[in-house]
Amino acid sequence: MYTGRSLVVAVSIGMIALVLLGKLFLIQVTDDSYLRKAERNAIQRVVDHPYRGLVYDRNNSLMVFNDPVFDLMVIPKEFELEDTTRFCDLFGIEKQVLIDGFNAAKNYSWVKPSPLIKQISKEEFGRVQDFLIDYRGLFVMTRSVRAYPQSAASNALGYIGEINASQLNRDSTQYYVQGDYVGLSGIESYYEPELRGRKGVKYKLVNVRGIEKGAFKNGDLDTLSLPGENLQATIDLDLQVYGEKLMEGKRGSVVAIEPKTGEILTMISAPVYDPNILTGAKFGENYQSLNLDPEKPLFNRPIMAMYPPGSIFKIVQSLIGMQEGILTPNTTYPCNRALVNCHNHPSPVNLFGAIRNSCNPYYHQAFRQVINQEVSSNTYEDTQIGLDNWRESVMKFGLGSQLGIDMHGEKGGSIPSSELYDRIYGKGRWKYSTIYSLSIGQGEMLVTPLQMANLAAIFANKGYFYTPHLIRAINGDPNRIPEKFKTKRDTGIDTEHFDLIQNAMAAALSGTAARAIMKDITIAGKTGTAQNPAGEDHSVFIAFAPKEDPKIAIAVYVENAGWGGRAAASTASLLIEKYLTGEINRPELEEYVLQGEFIY
Amino acid sequence: MRQKDTYFHKIDWVAIGLYFALVFVGWINIYAAVYDEQNATSIFDYSINSGKQLIWIGTAVLLITLIMVADYRLFQNLSLILYIIFVIILFLTPFIGKEINGQRAWFELGIFRLQPAEFTKFATALALAKLMENPTFDLAKFGHQLKALGIIGLPVALIMLQPDTGTAMVYSSFFIMLYREGMPQKYYLFALSLIGLSILTLLITNNWYLYGGLGAIVLLLILASKKTWKNFAGIFLLGILMFAYTYSLDYVVEKLPSHQQNRIMVLFDPDVDPLGVGWNVTQSKIAIGSGGLFGKGYLEGTQTKFDFVPEQHTDFIFCTLGEEFGWIGSLIMISLFVIFLLRLVFLAERQKTRFSRIYGYCVIGLLFFHFSINIAMTIGLFPVVGIPLPFFSYGGSSLWSFTILLFIFIKLDSHRIQILGRSY
Repeated sequence: MYTGRSLVVAVSIGMIALVLLGKLFLIQVTDDSYLRKAERNAIQRVVDHPYRGLVYDRNNSLMVFNDPVFDLMVIPKEFELEDTTRFCDLFGIEKQVLIDGFNAAKNYSWVKPSPLIKQISKEEFGRVQDFLIDYRGLFVMTRSVRAYPQSAASNALGYIGEINASQLNRDSTQYYVQGDYVGLSGIESYYEPELRGRKGVKYKLVNVRGIEKGAFKNGDLDTLSLPGENLQATIDLDLQVYGEKLMEGKRGSVVAIEPKTGEILTMISAPVYDPNILTGAKFGENYQSLNLDPEKPLFNRPIMAMYPPGSIFKIVQSLIGMQEGILTPNTTYPCNRALVNCHNHPSPVNLFGAIRNSCNPYYHQAFRQVINQEVSSNTYEDTQIGLDNWRESVMKFGLGSQLGIDMHGEKGGSIPSSELYDRIYGKGRWKYSTIYSLSIGQGEMLVTPLQMANLAAIFANKGYFYTPHLIRAINGDPNRIPEKFKTKRDTGIDTEHFDLIQNAMAAALSGTAARAIMKDITIAGKTGTAQNPAGEDHSVFIAFAPKEDPKIAIAVYVENAGWGGRAAASTASLLIEKYLTGEINRPELEEYVLQGEFIY
Repeated sequence: MRQKDTYFHKIDWVAIGLYFALVFVGWINIYAAVYDEQNATSIFDYSINSGKQLIWIGTAVLLITLIMVADYRLFQNLSLILYIIFVIILFLTPFIGKEINGQRAWFELGIFRLQPAEFTKFATALALAKLMENPTFDLAKFGHQLKALGIIGLPVALIMLQPDTGTAMVYSSFFIMLYREGMPQKYYLFALSLIGLSILTLLITNNWYLYGGLGAIVLLLILASKKTWKNFAGIFLLGILMFAYTYSLDYVVEKLPSHQQNRIMVLFDPDVDPLGVGWNVTQSKIAIGSGGLFGKGYLEGTQTKFDFVPEQHTDFIFCTLGEEFGWIGSLIMISLFVIFLLRLVFLAERQKTRFSRIYGYCVIGLLFFHFSINIAMTIGLFPVVGIPLPFFSYGGSSLWSFTILLFIFIKLDSHRIQILGRSY
């Protein structure tokens, strides 16, 4: 039947059919890119961002919560705009911003939504909400930003922001994606794994217009998001707020610690900034201006600033001397100003008097005994052995290395070793007369305000401390805080040596910091001056109270405020009063601190 | 009774069976194309297109019955009148038709919309058969060729006025019949080389390669031919013509309206216009390509259900099948079609009259053209032209016209013995 031209027709039909089937085989069976494109068309992966954990203070007052903000989303295919000017006025944006945003959205997808205006505040949203129905192709997506009801503790809490490239690279678990928000400093950064919760994913089927058409595979692949865990901070928010008020107009640090637990009651880096400005749409702009501020508000002074410890270090020297058996309460030295300068006080003095009067020559002489114990006949070698033994004792006070607070970026300060002097002067070319400044807390020595507050806690505890920390419970469970914060650290100084110290510190107040004295509560304190080669010296004060049963240990630094008592001691005293009594009964002292202009 | 029995035996039930198989598969695919999971309705629901298609199928069965009980001589006798009537309607369509998508191709009759161009196809086929049934008609003669081309060309010209390029192109399928009836082979060779050259011109973007290739062909021809001056001159002329053609084709394509230009360029690079013309092809290929070997299962095609392919229940109905039944489904469906067409070739060849055979080949040509061009366009082998997939695509005009077209042939076939008696 199929012959001649009819056969040609029949064969042509068959050949065309084979061509079609061949092409179909290529795109259906051998090429799976169409399958992926189909999934990209119809399956929308929606990430369910969990609520970030909240932060409460030690009395369960809210410190950080999540505030809703609104992203205005656009579907380019449906979006029509007749009056661009009106739209821009309404939403308060420049015309170019609208054009750029729309073009970006269009480039991403013609039919899927992209953000047009990000992070519209609650207030602004309320204003424009009613007008939204006038515009096709626009809708609103709710997100949340961090908010701080008391606008306090910015440096301790830290801030969150979009994850950067290097953090993404370090994320071995592949949890984060570009655009995720992570804690970038402070508690937000250190407790990121607890605070962030776990993202959930939903796979939705959408049609060509992006309208949801149900769950993919009945939701079998979907995961629920887990909200972040709430933290309870060790901070006393009232004390923090009051401290920040006192530090207004000053530059410096305040760290207050509960001695028995190492819990940080207050941590202030002055000048402070309002944490609320580093949230939401203005983050970039505000961060930039904070970063450029010459007062460096983003520099977290309590754990990052380092100063020579000054006179306060004499207490550590006294304790080491007593423990070594070199000093006793009765050890007396004359106030020999030929050795090192001093101020007017009775001479000679015993140990108590030396602390009380902060006698420089006393420690010059006492420290020589500690360093040169004549274990070697070679003075140089003897000094070296003595220095290294001494350094070991000092380090037990949490000096010279990071304490290990639950914040990133903590500095360790420095306590010089014999290697350091070998490097500076050459081995065997330095002796006590080279390093004697260490005796009074100067020279090649640096401590942070946090370490200083920890010293006050050690004196209050008579010889031990807990690593200072900012979080006391995770999701209500105090046992979940890191183990190191529950471990007692001993200084190796016997308890009995501290009675003299505490008494001398209490007595010292009447001499050097009379303003700080309280009527009903005994404060044990010590003033200091951190020498500042660049300008006016820094005013330093450490204290703990009540002396009989210490509840608070504190260190206050006021930069460029001159000699000890004036600024720092008064601030510390007011904070102790506030914490122990809950109120302030010395308005004149408060006035004095608030009025003082200490930034030069 | 015995008489009737024999008549029923003469009807070709194989072709009818294949027709109903194709219509049925088309119908369930229309249901899949309009199916909405969240608002699922029965396939019989008259508010959706599958329900409406069922009405069209029912009325098509009525038409079949009418055709089968009609006198077989009617079609032969009415062929010229039908042709003239439809040409007049086509002529009027641009003036009184309803404008849809920039085309005036539809007549509105109450709630029905009919597309006259669809029905002109079988009328033209009948007219051609009528013209060419005369034994003195000889396609080798130029004058006769012109007559046949005139009958084809008149409706084409009128359809181009609507304008409906796709439907107009369909009329080129009559060349299959003309080929069978003795149109000189050289025309086809010429046309095929022209098509081949056109594809190469558009495919090869660097013209120097193309010109180099043409040079090589000329050289090979010279080497292969008898070395006479006449041959050399002929080959040289051929080379010049090919060069001129490719050059002018590039020029013409550049001068085309951009939407037509895009339709052509999209074949070679779907990213030319991904949101415009490319959108249909890209989405259609995604739907079909994602079907895999076995398909996603009936009513499980995400691209189908969620409307990613425009016009899916009409011109792009093949996407549904490709996505939900995969390559195996496509293989079965295309095989059905090929068997069906080959069966029609078989039927045409067994006709005792030229009229029936010519008409049969017109049917074969029209069905084959629609079938292959429609599928080719859904998988990006041919530009997007709006022509339906016979028996599959949703729509009354299309189903009716293909049904009438086919069943007139089946009717003629069933009377092939009687027709013999009164043949020339």
